[in-house]
Amino acid sequence: MRGIILCLGVALGQAAWAQDVPQPETQPAPAQVDATDTVPPIMSYPLPLTNGGTSGASAPQAPEQVVAGMSSDAVSITTSFDGSEILLYGAVKRETPIPSSSLLQVIATVEGPSRSVTIRRKERRFGIWVNTESVVVGAAPSFYAVATTAPLRLILDPEEDARFRISIPTAMRSFARPLDVEDPVEFTEAMIDMRMAEGSYRLDDGAVTLVDDTLFRADFRLPANLVEGTYKTRIFLLRQGRVIDSYSAPLEVRKVGLERWLYRLAFDQPLVYGLMSLLIAAVAGWGASAAFRALQRE
Amino acid sequence: MQIYLPIAEVAVNAFTLIGLGGIVGLMSGMFGVGGGFLITPLLFFIGIPPAIAVATGANQVVASSVSGVLGHVKRRSVDFRMGTVLLVGGLIGSALGVLVFNLLQRLGQVELVVQISYVVMLGVVGSMMLVESLRALRRTRRGARAKRRAHGWIHTLPFKVKFRTSGLYLSVIPPLIVGMLVGVLSAMMGVGGGFIMVPAMIYLLGMPTKVVIGTSLFQITFVTAFTTLMHAISYNTVDVMLAVLLIVGGVTGAQIGAYLGARLRAEQLRILLALVVLAVCVKLAMDLFLTPDDLYSLTPGIV
Repeated sequence: MRGIILCLGVALGQAAWAQDVPQPETQPAPAQVDATDTVPPIMSYPLPLTNGGTSGASAPQAPEQVVAGMSSDAVSITTSFDGSEILLYGAVKRETPIPSSSLLQVIATVEGPSRSVTIRRKERRFGIWVNTESVVVGAAPSFYAVATTAPLRLILDPEEDARFRISIPTAMRSFARPLDVEDPVEFTEAMIDMRMAEGSYRLDDGAVTLVDDTLFRADFRLPANLVEGTYKTRIFLLRQGRVIDSYSAPLEVRKVGLERWLYRLAFDQPLVYGLMSLLIAAVAGWGASAAFRALQRE
Repeated sequence: MQIYLPIAEVAVNAFTLIGLGGIVGLMSGMFGVGGGFLITPLLFFIGIPPAIAVATGANQVVASSVSGVLGHVKRRSVDFRMGTVLLVGGLIGSALGVLVFNLLQRLGQVELVVQISYVVMLGVVGSMMLVESLRALRRTRRGARAKRRAHGWIHTLPFKVKFRTSGLYLSVIPPLIVGMLVGVLSAMMGVGGGFIMVPAMIYLLGMPTKVVIGTSLFQITFVTAFTTLMHAISYNTVDVMLAVLLIVGGVTGAQIGAYLGARLRAEQLRILLALVVLAVCVKLAMDLFLTPDDLYSLTPGIV
């Protein structure tokens, strides 16, 4: 038995997130509530994923647990929004001495809302380049950043990666239609390359600083072209390639002020919005014409 | 100065957008083209999603055409009767264009068809215009007056109407068809269609160049206003913040363009426009034939 997933998050209204987390065995583990007694969680929705040890009864608590916080739990998009910094920080809580048999590693991720995307490939037909085959990814995160204490492939077991969907390729979900291409992986790889080039996907090996195997921090730079929605931040503690504890919390990214007002108007009252756009255009056109004439007359 | 665009959901530099609007506005005022064929690819280039670029580009064209057309009204170089006939054709055509667009989208080759038709159309129009205006320029240098266009088959068609401003007595059928073709193009390519309409009016209908520009702007104003409204209502793709920035640059550019246009000789104006049209054509043709930097492309949503 690899682990117990405590669905505390579900009880706190995190049903949507919990779906993302594979749940091999779901057991109630009341002892987990005690785990947060001494150090109250700073993040609003703790979702501890703990290793139950060799047998669930003899080891009710994971030997090492993560307690974490975020520099802010919301990002406001204003007109002058130019990206934002998010700091994930925390500590490893343990009752026993630091195990010296293996190295402790920390991975932190920030994931934006998922959207579907069509990837097309061009081929030369009759001398010109034409879109031929396509692959549709049902849900690809609009933003995804992974920060680690050491190169990801060295510290994370592929099985664990598949289970917790940590590395960038695993963050993509479900092909939306039956595949008629031989090599769908090439398509998703191309998409990851493009998104990494524009900065919406990032893998920062070594960007998490871990002090004395206890305190850690990870800085994330959120780009200016953020999509509105609920982002998801996660922290994983690892030993010998296995996830021994994890933590997850939401990060709200919302448009505010004028941005919010225009966005709502465009979607709630498109006719009014469209007419307003035209009116602005016409007035601006007339205004410039009038101003220029006045200028010429002088 | 970075500005976050509420609908496009990207942040871009405000001065880049004002500058882009200014260049396109300059062309608009000078040549009577809406500039959609320039602004849309330029917006793609700075990372605006295509659907939003097309819709917002149309909104910007409204502003620069209003600005330009008012300048021309003052100079009495707008043929309102001709403009109205073209407009009726344009609205019918853009409705047809939407149907064709949807059909191509289902076949999955809309991008290719649009690109090829751009290349063919721009290539033919641009080279014809360049050759003709160079010849005209040489003729006037030699002191001979440019000949009036001979009466051809166009003048044998029925429903003749007097277009006083243009000095023409012509059937309404040719302008109606020109308007319709432009309408189809504008709905399919997200452009005003001035770059097709201006040469058609000069060479096909035989209108004087000075009147052509004002009249073309008049028609473009209404066709693009209609397009903008349709995009805003059915797809929510007009980004007013983006439009305002483009407009600020655009209206200023359009005024300067109209002023410069009035000082240049008609032949010179046509040569310049021909060169711009050919440059865009070459760029698009290269995209078709050269190996692209990236064989893969991303489109949001399930297509």
